[in-house]
Amino acid sequence: MLKKIFVWFLLAVLGIALYASFGRAPFGENRVGPTDNPATVSAFYLKNSAEKLQTANSVTAIVVNFRGFDTLGEVTVLFLAATGLASILYRKEDEDEEGEHLPVRINLPASSIVRTGAKILFPLILLLGIYIFVHGHLTPGGGFQGGSVIATGFLLMFITYRRFGTNHKVMVWLESLSGLAFVLTGLYGLIKYGSFLQNTPDVGHLNDLVSGGLIPLIYIFIGIKVSTELTNVLDTLMNIKPKKR
Amino acid sequence: MTTFILFLVVMGIILIAAALYAVIQKDLLYAVLATGVVSLVLSVFFYLLQAPDVAITEAAIGIALTTIIFIITIRNTTRDEDIYSEDLINRFKNKKDA
Repeated sequence: MLKKIFVWFLLAVLGIALYASFGRAPFGENRVGPTDNPATVSAFYLKNSAEKLQTANSVTAIVVNFRGFDTLGEVTVLFLAATGLASILYRKEDEDEEGEHLPVRINLPASSIVRTGAKILFPLILLLGIYIFVHGHLTPGGGFQGGSVIATGFLLMFITYRRFGTNHKVMVWLESLSGLAFVLTGLYGLIKYGSFLQNTPDVGHLNDLVSGGLIPLIYIFIGIKVSTELTNVLDTLMNIKPKKR
Repeated sequence: MTTFILFLVVMGIILIAAALYAVIQKDLLYAVLATGVVSLVLSVFFYLLQAPDVAITEAAIGIALTTIIFIITIRNTTRDEDIYSEDLINRFKNKKDA
């Protein structure tokens, strides 16, 4: 009882603190101030992403260019999480006791409506994901968003077809090579322009598909890496056998 | 405009109700589905707040991937919150005795 009162008290304190800090800010309005004030960071980003980098999506310009090193760390975190999960749960097929090598996923097969729908939707979902990360510097979205959309497409196939499986070696190689390519792109900037992940000065024109220098290239690598990683995580999780109780 | 505000209010009520349901519900499968509903409404809100990239991420990860991962976990462990906790308590008691 005392514990519960204490928890409610803490929650109330947290609520009051949150209200005191955010309650007075108007909902959905500009809280930073005028963006044309050149002293603010947001003005710097907005100005430079359009003028210097010729990147239409300023969020992508910040994530991949101005804060590119943080993104490398983010990708590393995702990679370590996937590797840890796989090292705990991955089991070789040889260790299976039963004769059949079918992954034991769902006891009942999916209905023909679901199977046909999945067959039609799967390429469309893949296409949407690829579109999102290829156009990361033009439209909202990017490598992480496109990668997770592609992973949902694979998820649809995993839960619909019992026999559907990805080629594990191809996925692991794609993941490793795209991660390596990201680092190599950073090293290219370090060697040629003197700073890690430095963008090329040859940035093209605003709103072109090939614009922003190395930004689309890096986001394509991130998209491939995130999609293969999340698919591998799902593949590992789907193939766990339920414990006999 | 008024219909839009009504829409927002209804979505907010659904969001809070689903979140409370996920906390209260003892059957973990229903609780996980309720968190999926929370993510669904949240992604609509992100879209309305002019953050379409966050909305895409929330839709893909929150609705699809997280829900499925929790469902796989439930399938491999147990579906009832109470039984699981009693089982755990018993296991700890047995360990102390031995």
